[in-house]
Amino acid sequence: MGQVQIDEVSLAFETRRAGRVVALEQLSLEVPEKQFAVIVGPSGCGKSSLLDLVAGLKDTTAGQCSVDGKVVSRPGADRGMVFQSYSLFPWLTVRKNVEFGLSLNKVASSERTERANHYIGSVGLTGFENAYPSQLSGGMKQRVAIARALANNPEVLLMDEPFGALDSQTRALMQELLLGIWEKEQKTVLFVTHDIDEALFLGDVVYVMSARPGRIIDTIDVNLKRPRHYDIITTPQFIEFKRRIMSSLHAEVKKAMKLN
Amino acid sequence: MATSTLDRLFRPNKPIPRRIELGTGITVAASVFGFWCLLTYGGLVSSDFLPAPHEVWAAFTTTLSNGTLLKHTRVSLYEIYLGFLLSSVLAIPLGIFMGSFRMVAAALEPVVNFMRYLPVTALIPLLILWVGIGLEEKIAVIFLGTFFQQIVLIADVSSQVHDDLYNVSYTLGASRWQVITRVLVPATMPGVMDTLRVTMGWAWTFLVVAELVAASSGLGYMILQAMRGLHPATIFVGIFVIGFLGLVTDLAFKWAKTLLLPWTNVR
Repeated sequence: MGQVQIDEVSLAFETRRAGRVVALEQLSLEVPEKQFAVIVGPSGCGKSSLLDLVAGLKDTTAGQCSVDGKVVSRPGADRGMVFQSYSLFPWLTVRKNVEFGLSLNKVASSERTERANHYIGSVGLTGFENAYPSQLSGGMKQRVAIARALANNPEVLLMDEPFGALDSQTRALMQELLLGIWEKEQKTVLFVTHDIDEALFLGDVVYVMSARPGRIIDTIDVNLKRPRHYDIITTPQFIEFKRRIMSSLHAEVKKAMKLN
Repeated sequence: MATSTLDRLFRPNKPIPRRIELGTGITVAASVFGFWCLLTYGGLVSSDFLPAPHEVWAAFTTTLSNGTLLKHTRVSLYEIYLGFLLSSVLAIPLGIFMGSFRMVAAALEPVVNFMRYLPVTALIPLLILWVGIGLEEKIAVIFLGTFFQQIVLIADVSSQVHDDLYNVSYTLGASRWQVITRVLVPATMPGVMDTLRVTMGWAWTFLVVAELVAASSGLGYMILQAMRGLHPATIFVGIFVIGFLGLVTDLAFKWAKTLLLPWTNVR
């Protein structure tokens, strides 16, 4: 459950400034169930668009995405998503935010509360159930967003640079937290980032994406043992993987800067 | 930065001591009152034009005790609340949909934008011809004046609901209807409350104008009668009562917002 297939997907659209923009060109990718897959690439390479396609928030120009063999045509609760901008509902408390997906499906109140409390606990926010988002720090908001996505029990968790807006210390803690939860929940994760350290720390597999139009230019099987602790980023093997990605990405980042 | 007391009171966006805040407000208000006293008691302006404070107070107690003030106030309040309620009940849903659904905007914008710039005051003679000079006409005036402004302001609030909130709710499994009721409507509520508070003030203007033109009761009518009877003190009573009612309504809206939307207060 939660196998993602991306088949020869292309995405192009018209913009006022630059005419026709091709974000993705015949990109193919497969994420087996329960894998933590990371896509790393320069800004504007189309990685967020790729995630939107899997989520069903955008339509492909060609090719298709499928989850467990079913073609993606619209968004749904089977593909939960965490955005960089948290997007918590400001009029709801932490608990009500986390319960949101469950309340849409008319899950019974007691069960909703129980599940919400469980996930609020998983992200370490017990005690903040009745706080409003405006009272929380960035890291706390992102934790609520993650709890909200997980509480809805999706097959696949899509994460679009969720830690991008956080400072590096908070980011490091959040990465460890996320891995801890993922190891327990056993969900398929498709995670997008521009941060190489983050990609290698988190992923089972890292796909390196080129500048626009996005293609996969390298695939790295990150065979570092789990559970991973943050000091792994100083080990020789990690650094070797990083060197490999950097050499692929450096040229692409330059290209991306020219395009943007 | 220099730390002289005067300098510290005038730094942009920085708070000042509460005592000074209150004291300054009271001082300015008292000065206006004092200026009024000066003009009247100092003999600078004839009391045919500007009645003295004690004359206004006397007119107030008179009209209050003989029931006329309460009668006219009740009539005006009734008219404005009915007109405002009718306008709001229609403008809120239409505005919310107009702001977020292009089809609705495409359909309504031409008419709304035309009506919005039409001075309702210019329509009053037409409305009198069509509806008469009773309660219905007043409500029609208030409605036409307020509705087209409200719908545009509310549509603006609605259009500013962030795409991300919609996208998140889709990925949580929300249906179209649930997105409208569970995301769009709650997200627009603070802006809607602010719009109601602001447009209520405008509604008062339209009411008074309608009553000044043709009415048989209401605060505007009372003011007009006072003018005809060369009794400026009563005009002032009318003005102060309207001002006071406006202030009370404004505070009531602010209070309702903090009560119904507690999440807008927390910091």
